[in-house]
Amino acid sequence: MTSYLVRRIVGMVVVILLVLTIAFVIVRLAPGDPAALMLGPEATPQDAVELRARLGLDRPILVQYLTFAGNALRGDLGTSIFFNRPVTEVLAGRAEPTIFLALMSLAIALVIATPIGIWAAYRRGSWLDQGAISTAMLAASVPSFWTGLMLQRWLATELGWFPAAGYGGPDADFLERMRHLILPAIVLGIVNSALILRFTRASMLDILGEDYIRTARSKGMPERRVVLRHALKNAAIPIITIVGLTFALLVSGAVVTERVFNIPGLGNLVVSAVLRRDYPVIQGTLIVVASLYVLINLLTDLLYLVVDKRVRY
Amino acid sequence: MSATAASEPVLEIEGLRVAFRARRSAVTALRDVGVALGAGRTLALVGESGSGKSVTSLSVMGLLPRNGAVEAGRILYRRRDGTRVDLARLDETRFRAIRGREIAMIFQEPMSSLNPLFTVGDQIGEMLLLHTDLDARARRRRVIEMLELVEIPAAASRMNAYPHELSGGMRQRVMIALALVCEPALLIADEPTTALDVTIQAQILDLMRRLQRELRMAILFITHDMGVVAEMADDVAVMYAGAVVEAAPVATLFARPSHPYTRGLLATIPRPGRPRGERLVPIPGSVPALSAMPPGCAFAPRCPIAVEACREPVALAPLEGDHRVACHLAHAHETVAAHG
Ligand SMILES: Nc1ncnc2c1ncn2[C@@H]1O[C@H](COP(=O)(O)OP(=O)(O)O)[C@@H](O)[C@H]1O
Ligand code: SF4
Ligand SMILES: [Mg+2]
Repeated sequence: MTSYLVRRIVGMVVVILLVLTIAFVIVRLAPGDPAALMLGPEATPQDAVELRARLGLDRPILVQYLTFAGNALRGDLGTSIFFNRPVTEVLAGRAEPTIFLALMSLAIALVIATPIGIWAAYRRGSWLDQGAISTAMLAASVPSFWTGLMLQRWLATELGWFPAAGYGGPDADFLERMRHLILPAIVLGIVNSALILRFTRASMLDILGEDYIRTARSKGMPERRVVLRHALKNAAIPIITIVGLTFALLVSGAVVTERVFNIPGLGNLVVSAVLRRDYPVIQGTLIVVASLYVLINLLTDLLYLVVDKRVRY
Repeated sequence: MSATAASEPVLEIEGLRVAFRARRSAVTALRDVGVALGAGRTLALVGESGSGKSVTSLSVMGLLPRNGAVEAGRILYRRRDGTRVDLARLDETRFRAIRGREIAMIFQEPMSSLNPLFTVGDQIGEMLLLHTDLDARARRRRVIEMLELVEIPAAASRMNAYPHELSGGMRQRVMIALALVCEPALLIADEPTTALDVTIQAQILDLMRRLQRELRMAILFITHDMGVVAEMADDVAVMYAGAVVEAAPVATLFARPSHPYTRGLLATIPRPGRPRGERLVPIPGSVPALSAMPPGCAFAPRCPIAVEACREPVALAPLEGDHRVACHLAHAHETVAAHG
C-alpha cells in the first residue's frame, strides 16, 4: 500500500516533468521568434531584444529549460505578457468559476444519469431502456454550444429565470456568482450525463448477471435491496472512474460553454491567451490542468481501495 | 412430528413445464417433470449437464432467468405451518417470506456466489436481518454460531473476512452457513461440490449430512456424479433432456437400473484404481438441442438398444412399487417377465 503510493507519486512526478518539457518545447517549436510573435507587427527590434532578455530567450537552451522547470516546480509559472502579472495569480483568479462549474455540472449529470442508468439496466430492453439510450445518444451528439444557446434564449432571455451570461461583475457575492453558473452547469450536466448514463447502465447490466446477485435474490430480499445494495456497490467501481475522468475533462475543457456564457474561467482564459500569444499563460494552464488530471486519476484509484477490499496495490 | 406429516412430502413437483423465450422462438427446457421429496429426506436430481437440473431447482426458488417461465404444472410446498402453497403461482411478496427462510439454496460456484464487497459475516447476518427480529448483537452471535457449526476455524474473526480471503472450500462452508442460518425446512443444493477438489468435496458432503440430521431438513441435491448420489441420496430422479427418465429409492436404482441412460451414468462411478477426476463419457453423443428434440424417446439417438417402437413418445410409468421409468423396453421386459 505505502509502496504503491510511493510508486504512484513517482509516476505523477514523471508525468508532470514530461508535461513541463512539452510546454517548454511547444513555445520553442512555434514558427518564428517567440518574442516577435508575442509582440506583434508594431514592435521595434529594440522591444524584441528587451523581451528576449526578460524571458531569458537569449540564454543557452538547456539553461532556459532548467530555469523554466525549476521555477515551475517551485510554483513559479512565469509572468503573463498580456496581464503583466504572475501566471499563477492569473490562473488562480480564473479557477473559481471553472471549478464550481465543473462541480455543479457533475452533480447535475450524476443526478440525471445514475438513477436512469440503473433503472434502464434493470429494465433492459423495455421502452424506458430504449428511450433512455436514444435520448442519451441525442444529448451527446448535439453540440454543447447549440444546447447552450437554446437554453440561454429560453430559460434566461424569455423566462428570465437565470442570468443569461457573465459572472455577476466585480461586486457580485458568492451566491450571485453561483447563480450565473446554473445555466452553463445544466448544459454541461446534460452533455456529460449521456456518457455517465451509458456507463452506469453497462456496468449495472454486467453486475446484475453475476452469480452473487442470484444469491442475494435467493435470500428473499426485495428487488430494491438487490439492486441498490448488492448490485450498485459493485457497479460503482467503474462508475467512479468515469466520473473522475469527466471531472478532469470539465476542469480543462469547458471552453465552448464558458465562451457561450461568457464565464471568466480557465477555458476562456486559454482561448484568449492563444489569440494573444501569451505563451507563459498557455504553458501555465497546460501544466496546471495536466497536474490536476494526474491528481484526480490518483484519487480515483485510491477510492477503489476504499470501495473494493479485493484491490491490493 | 406425526406419522402423516412425515410421510407427506415437503415438496411435490407435478407436470412441470418450463420454457425460455429466445429472440424469435421459444425452447422448452422442462417437459412434464414430476418428483416428490419427503420431509427430512434427500432427493438427488442427477443427469448430464444441460438436462434441466438447475432449471428445476430455480423453478422451485422462483428464480428462473428473466426469459424463462413456468408454463404448466405445480410446485407444491408444504409450509412449516402445514399449509400447502403452489410455488409456481405464488406472488412475489409471499414468496420472499419463504425464500431464504423456509427454502434456501446453495450454488455450484463458491467463487462467484458470494458478493465480493461484503464481509461473510455481513452476508450471513443479512439473512437474519431479512427474516428475524434479532438485534445487531444477537445476529452477530448467531453468525458466529453458524460459522462454528460449519466448522470454520476462528469464526469470530473470520466473520470479518471478505470472500476473496477464503479458499473455495471455506467459501462453500460460508454458503452453507448462509443458507442454513434460518433453519430452512428445504435446502436446494445445486452441484455444491462440483467446483471443489476431492478431499474438500468429501468434507463438505459429510458436513451437509450432519447438518441435515441436526436440523431435520429435506435436501434437493443436484449432481451429475453418481458416486455423490450413492453417498447422499435417499431417493433419485434421473433427468435427461428436460424430463425425468427414471426415479426410485437409491438402493433400488443402483440394484436395478432400468433405463439405458441410468445404466450409462452408473458406468461412470469412480472405482478404486481409477482416478476420480477422470470423467468418462458414458454414452457416445450428447444431449439433443432443446430446439431439435426427437419426437419419440429423447434418448433414442444415443440409446444402444433402441428399437422401432422408441420413435413413439414415452412417459414415466411405474415399474414396481415406487420405481418409475420412462423406457419402452423396460416396460416390455417387465411384460415379458410377467408373462413368461
Ligand atoms: N436463460 C436461459 N435461456 C435459454 N435457455 C436456457 C436458459 N437457462 C437454461 N437454459 C437451457 O435449459 C436447459 C437446461 O439447463 P440447466 O437446467 O442449466 O441444465 P443442468 O442440468 O446442467 O443444470 C439447457 O439446455 C439450457 O441451455
Ligand atoms: S425408449 Fe427406446 S430409445 Fe428410449 S431409452 Fe428405452 S430403449 Fe432406449
Ligand atoms: Mg446446472
